[in-house]
Amino acid sequence: MNLEELHDLATQAQAKAKSQEHHVHICMAASCQSSGAADLQKGFTEKVKQSGAGDRVCVKGVGCMGLCCAGPLVRVESTTAGGESHLYQHVKKDDVTELYASIGKKPVERLECPTDIPFFERQQRIVLENSGRIDPEQIEDYIGAGGYRSLVRALTEMSPQDVLREVSDSGLRGRGGGGYPSGLKWATVARSPHPTKYVICNADEGDPGAFMDRAVLESDPHRVLEGMTLAAYAVGAEYGYVYIRAEYPLAVERLKTAIRQATRRGLLGRQICDTPFSFEIEIRLGAGAFVCGEETALIASIEGQRGQPSPRPPYPADEGLWDCPTLINNVETLANIPAIVREGGQWFRSIGTEKSTGTKVFALAGRITNTGLIEVPMGISLREIIEEIGGGIPDGRTFKAVQTGGPSGGCLPEEHLDMPVDYDTLRTAGSIMGSGGMIVMDESSSMVDVARYFMEFCMSESCGKCIPCRAGTHQMHGILAKIARGDATAADLQLLEELCEVVRDTSLCGLGQTAPNPVQSTLRYFRHEYEEKLKADPFAAAKPATT
Amino acid sequence: MPRYPTPANAPPKVRVVTLRINGQDVSAREDETILSVAVDHGIRIPSLCYLEGLTAWGACRLCVVEVAGIPKLLPACSTVVTEGMVVETNSDKLKRYRRMILELLFAERNHVCSVCVSNGHCELQNLAAECGMDHVRVPYRNAPYEVDSSHDFFRVDHNRCVLCTRCVRVCDEIEGAHTWDVMGRGVECQVITDLHTPWGESESCTSCGKCVQVCPTGALVKKGTAAGEMEKLGDFLPYLTQMRGKQ
Amino acid sequence: MSATEKITLATAWLDGCSGCHMSFLDLDERLITLAELVDVVYSPIVDTKELPQQVDVGILEGAVSSEEDLAKARMFRERCKFLISLGDCAITGNVPSMRNMFDLDEVFDRAFVETVQAQPQRPTEGLPQLLQPVRPIHHVVPVDLVVQGCPPSADTIWYVLTELMAGRAPDPTQITRFGA
Repeated sequence: MNLEELHDLATQAQAKAKSQEHHVHICMAASCQSSGAADLQKGFTEKVKQSGAGDRVCVKGVGCMGLCCAGPLVRVESTTAGGESHLYQHVKKDDVTELYASIGKKPVERLECPTDIPFFERQQRIVLENSGRIDPEQIEDYIGAGGYRSLVRALTEMSPQDVLREVSDSGLRGRGGGGYPSGLKWATVARSPHPTKYVICNADEGDPGAFMDRAVLESDPHRVLEGMTLAAYAVGAEYGYVYIRAEYPLAVERLKTAIRQATRRGLLGRQICDTPFSFEIEIRLGAGAFVCGEETALIASIEGQRGQPSPRPPYPADEGLWDCPTLINNVETLANIPAIVREGGQWFRSIGTEKSTGTKVFALAGRITNTGLIEVPMGISLREIIEEIGGGIPDGRTFKAVQTGGPSGGCLPEEHLDMPVDYDTLRTAGSIMGSGGMIVMDESSSMVDVARYFMEFCMSESCGKCIPCRAGTHQMHGILAKIARGDATAADLQLLEELCEVVRDTSLCGLGQTAPNPVQSTLRYFRHEYEEKLKADPFAAAKPATT
Repeated sequence: MPRYPTPANAPPKVRVVTLRINGQDVSAREDETILSVAVDHGIRIPSLCYLEGLTAWGACRLCVVEVAGIPKLLPACSTVVTEGMVVETNSDKLKRYRRMILELLFAERNHVCSVCVSNGHCELQNLAAECGMDHVRVPYRNAPYEVDSSHDFFRVDHNRCVLCTRCVRVCDEIEGAHTWDVMGRGVECQVITDLHTPWGESESCTSCGKCVQVCPTGALVKKGTAAGEMEKLGDFLPYLTQMRGKQ
Repeated sequence: MSATEKITLATAWLDGCSGCHMSFLDLDERLITLAELVDVVYSPIVDTKELPQQVDVGILEGAVSSEEDLAKARMFRERCKFLISLGDCAITGNVPSMRNMFDLDEVFDRAFVETVQAQPQRPTEGLPQLLQPVRPIHHVVPVDLVVQGCPPSADTIWYVLTELMAGRAPDPTQITRFGA
């Protein structure tokens, strides 16, 4: 395949779409599917069949539309000039007849979901640009939306160094949580003279309340494959792995389909686009261990070893999978690559802030009106995300804290809401960007319980290799439970703080090093909640050496 | 621990770097770790999972040191020296951290020294004494573990295991049997023989006893030993690796 | 030197084997020197039955295994200016704490039924309630100094007492350890 052939394919796909006046798009991502989207698709398809309108009406399952709390979502669009587009929420099986009848006529007002709300208008979509618009199971849809153009152009018109330069220029930083500059990581792997290199896509998303990577893989899997292939071209790798958790069966299925389709079209596999460049991708399923999201543990798991981290250095970029230089990037990081190659690094840099460029996908969860998936430019304030895009706190309650970064992150109170969302500011405030989970809490949440919950998560997900994480998280969880029960004294709180420090500073990998974050951040901003639960210590006056 | 001459087949061109440990200027080969350089210069860094002759594991975190200019603490056993490195191995903070790590270990399982066959010859006991860990502030876990006496010569008492994985590594790397491994995760981790079969029924175990000799505590012991009678002979390991390197 | 100017010392034996007190008696002729400086006001080795309201130094041997141990530990903490945990049972729970891995029922049966030939039965009265788990003293009340050892040697005890009497803070970790 060359650029012209790809262009032809894209034109064909677009023409086919245009030939049908009306499009019914049903969100088939996991959230909407779990509330009955599959039945809707079946219902609409039958209606089309019965009415024999197959040449005029196209029914299509698409990826995530974002507003998960309003699912199942259905969009009815007309392709004719001045054609209308209507989004319907909470659609039930029984609504199909009414909705189908309304196509091309007056919309069904009672089901309509307004699209002029900040939730849709304040977003800026790069990673999710095709999400909710294309059928993730049809490569033609992706190509029709301009997909694989970056790859074919890179292979035919750009050198690997050119691709690398665009990524470096873009200022893209790792979206998995660490925020390491992707250009630097790529350059390290590219520089190595080693004959065998690997590219790994880290899709072992495990933070409670986070579903960004799942949505991307379910909605636009080809985008991730294209990003991986571009990465492989830039660093000189011939083999790649997608390490994805087995708890994401739909994402796995769609990835498999995408790999098969791309290989058949010559966009993956041997001699891609008739160039000497070859790249093959295999899927590896993770068995649900959170620590396998840590890159050295992930590599061990792919190698068939026990999934536990090893000391870095050596970094995977120098000695990774089977001791070969390995580029590991998160799903969202890789999904940014096709757009960066298409529009150029400088374009990407113009979005967001100086040190945190581009956009970030967040999963909004907890006590917030609009739960779902959003993509916003870096530097936006937490207040805009929560109050405007998220629609604020429901049921007349008041905001208390937002937890960013999952079990490794921290809880930020009201006074930090006007802070810009970028890697460095969040860190200064005691939290982290993390992979993009954002859990909002109102006044009914006890911060001690929140800290205990996350500590329980870290305790049960600790691999057990290093002592501070293995035994330290267990002890911290015990003290947090004691505080929550009202059995703890000031001495226990002091011990908890010391444990936090030791576990943070001495643990082997990121899991242990960040496990104390939820405790430390809630202690920083909500210390009184801990102190209120302490009981008086009858021997406090003794001040002896052993407490 | 005795040091043996460099093997004849070692790569000949290794550069020498100079660094500073606890204010003392030292020189080292550029491929050496901070821990081995410290040992060479008589500077003691507490460690537990590390054992000369086995691959570094970096799990006990007792050997973490401060390196100027690096915000994180680094494990001395698996951090290679660099030119001009400034290392601090015994700051007040490190002493405090080591104490806490030892407290966590003692609280994790039953480490009652007085009735242990390794009493007086135990690396964990010595470390507690060395680091001044004289009482444990965190609550004891009190979790029961089994004692497996099914092997003809040896016994494994999981109550005294610290999960350093020396047994796993020596069995895999030196004996080549890979009888030992680790199962479970977090505090539920446990060393196992084969696929968690009783040691005496293990088909891969060669009964060589290397695991017993490298075990730092009274977890792996010879049968027939009473309290305080189990002495380990860990010195065979560097010698063995050295001799194999010469072949 | 009048008796009232002497340092007052109280000792008690919680759940342990009394070995630490035996080790104390191993001070041998140093006991005479000690008696000149110290007034033992309450101890299993003297006749007094009541712990005075104010004591300078308290020494506790053994772990906290029962309600009685707990009450004693609290009383010692309240009345002693300086409290010492003597020996591994007091500091770690040691051998008494090895019952923590079992159910209390199992423990009772093993002690009073399974291993008893004449009239095997559980005691029903006059015994203090057992606690689960057995805990070190400093997990129950704050302690000023721990002296490791099973038991700590007479020399260790002598070192600690003489340092204290000289007004210095002893560091017994240099001469003793767990299991010593």
